[in-house]
Amino acid sequence: MRQTARIISTYTADVSGVNSALFELGGMTVMHDASGCNSTYNTHDEPRWYDHDSLVFLSGISEMEAIMGDDEKLISDIVSAAEQLKPRFIAVAGTPIPMMIGTDFKAVASVVEKRTGIPAFGFATNGMHTYVEGASMALAGIADRFVTEKMLKTQDISVNLLGVTPLDFSVNGSAAHLRTVLEKYGIMTVSNWAMGDDLDTLMQASSAHVNLVVSDAGMGAAKVLRERFGIPYVIGRPYGNWTATLVNSIRKAAETGEDQVPQVAREWASAVIIGEGISAVSLANALTSETGRAFRAIAATETERVVLGASDRIARDEDELLPLLNGAEIVIADPLYQPICPKDAHFIRLPHEGFSGRIFRDEIPDMTEDISYITRQLA
Amino acid sequence: MLKRMGGEVDTTGAMVPIKNADFPAPFKSELEYSCSARGTWNIVHTGFLVPEAHEIFACAAGCLRGVVLTAAEMNAQDRFSTIEIRENNVLEGDMEDLLIEGVTDILQKLPYKPRAVLLYTSCIHHFIGCDLPLCYARLRERFLDIDFTDCYMNPIMRKSGLTPDQLMRRGLYALLKQRDIDKNRINIIGNNIATDKDSELIRMLEQAGYTITEIHDCHNYDAYQQMASAAFNICYNPVGKAGGEALEKRLGQKLLYLPLSYQPAEILAAYEKMTKALGMEMPDLSAETDALTAALRHAKEVIGETPITIDYTATMRPLSLARALLEHGFNVTALYIDSFSGEEKGDLAWLQAHFPELPVYATVQVKMRVLPRETCEKTLAIGQKAAYFTGTPYFVNIVECGGYYGFSGFCKLLALMEDAFLHEKDTRKLIQIKGLGCGCV
Repeated sequence: MRQTARIISTYTADVSGVNSALFELGGMTVMHDASGCNSTYNTHDEPRWYDHDSLVFLSGISEMEAIMGDDEKLISDIVSAAEQLKPRFIAVAGTPIPMMIGTDFKAVASVVEKRTGIPAFGFATNGMHTYVEGASMALAGIADRFVTEKMLKTQDISVNLLGVTPLDFSVNGSAAHLRTVLEKYGIMTVSNWAMGDDLDTLMQASSAHVNLVVSDAGMGAAKVLRERFGIPYVIGRPYGNWTATLVNSIRKAAETGEDQVPQVAREWASAVIIGEGISAVSLANALTSETGRAFRAIAATETERVVLGASDRIARDEDELLPLLNGAEIVIADPLYQPICPKDAHFIRLPHEGFSGRIFRDEIPDMTEDISYITRQLA
Repeated sequence: MLKRMGGEVDTTGAMVPIKNADFPAPFKSELEYSCSARGTWNIVHTGFLVPEAHEIFACAAGCLRGVVLTAAEMNAQDRFSTIEIRENNVLEGDMEDLLIEGVTDILQKLPYKPRAVLLYTSCIHHFIGCDLPLCYARLRERFLDIDFTDCYMNPIMRKSGLTPDQLMRRGLYALLKQRDIDKNRINIIGNNIATDKDSELIRMLEQAGYTITEIHDCHNYDAYQQMASAAFNICYNPVGKAGGEALEKRLGQKLLYLPLSYQPAEILAAYEKMTKALGMEMPDLSAETDALTAALRHAKEVIGETPITIDYTATMRPLSLARALLEHGFNVTALYIDSFSGEEKGDLAWLQAHFPELPVYATVQVKMRVLPRETCEKTLAIGQKAAYFTGTPYFVNIVECGGYYGFSGFCKLLALMEDAFLHEKDTRKLIQIKGLGCGCV
């Protein structure tokens, strides 16, 4: 029987991914939901909630509004809040019940935009996918709507960092570290999507030579920017010395205009990493190249096949994961995966905000420049 | 970089002087903000009060997230499992199969056999017309030695009929099976937080020869089942009342609803109602009333004119508390309440007549996200939300009255106020812990 979890956690959902991606951009995000999504998001998914007053709200849809298909209540409430708070843009994202009643989010956004004069987006999330899909949708929306001007390229080779949210990078300095590490290799960062840079900075994205997609949350924006401005993308997250390979791919992409997905040849291995697709694959590449031992990745969130190496797999629930963990000698994963891992496997804790939320936040390492947090545990 | 939003936002729509507050809803129903105070319990915390029970939630991943991590933060993952509903289930309408086979799959994989399963269904089951009676019937056929009960995570129903919180507190006792009534046993029901054992409520009953049980006292399922033999159920929490009514109907246990109050006359009236129903003689409570008078005087001496703010999560009767404090000279300066309960109607009228300008703030109104969360002078907050919105480190960290009932309960609350006034707390850290008192870390 699939879709059951005897004991493990579940990833943050698409609707939280929308919120997380847009959090620092000065907009107002509305989750069209009865209740629950708001406290889940701001308790477990959003480490910035206490200190930063980003506008993320809940519609509070009731049974009668759902039965009667009363979109006007949603629209007028959004318009009222926007008039009070004057956000830079408005995003409306869905949850299970709006999906069941067929809420047309693009139409809702269109009416809101007409009434307020504020750019509005409708995202048909439904709470049934992981944050990766929602965040990707949201960042693609920003790219599509706000990155419209073809700007002169920067003099030095430069990138936009696509797919940076606390759900994959936590709040331990990793997000800012991406920029400084790339600088050491002579690669400038035009914009970070979306931690640390504001909407005006993101609007300069067309001046970058390459987009570096550091998590699957950046894939949607990468495709929009490629289509509109011909900016090639490189898929991979900087980890330790693996960053040098990524940088070579960035230079190659800038030179050829072709997308790059660098991989280390990795055979089926007894050392396994579970996590977000691009992060897990990148870490497998980094560990394999630094240690000489093969690692394989299990992407537990939605990812594109192109991201995966030959030995990597996608698995969404316990039934899919268990066969892939058979015989594993080393497992690197969030601590909440440990109960389903082979008892005799060497389990290395790698907490992931998108999976265990705030529980192990203090343990989340910044491995952007140095992966010894893992390698010393392998010794 | 991150910027504080809002700029020149005023309090219109987010605050109303109490004289203008409509009953029961002083604010418009609009978009909702959720602040960082997390001490109130949710349905996961409450469900775990049933000993030896396993919780299974069936819903979409987005809805599972919060409950799964609630269980994880309680370090109770081994008592918690999930069934994830996906788009194909909605489209194919195989919700009954998913539920029956999913629960079966989980129970077959569990390393232990739970005595009971709390099965939580969601808004999706409600809207799709899932045949829940059929599901429970099949599961009971398959697992003869496990008790199943229906629980709900369907917040879309929170504005119609019983709220999910009321349903959960009713569900807590739904597993009790009829047994012979023991006229010497009384339950206290409906609370997430156990009643303080020093309460004169418990003392009076024990002195009269009754055995008093709350679900918190039950360390195994058999002890829990013994609650079915009580002759009376006492409930003082408004959201627990529906559970008491259900037990009266199903098991014949008489409900004594004695709502929490901070008014001495109301406390005495509740005890008179109780003693009359039980055929007891009303004890002399003058020592308790004198103690309360002294505690009020002492607290006033310590706290003086310091502004006091109160929120609805600290106690089920925030207006009753505000009234009592104002009557004794305390400087209550703001209330944080989104709606008023029926029990508070008289207190609302009194406050409107005597302190008409007292501000009532919504906690969920969107402007509360950006309005300043600070006060220019030392402020004592009662409750986590009041502490958050006033930015004070001086606060009483309780939810649901902290289990403090009656005269002794009010005395203990006053002592907590004094302590909070004298000692700073780490507000940021404390209020973000979920389910205060349930063992979350």
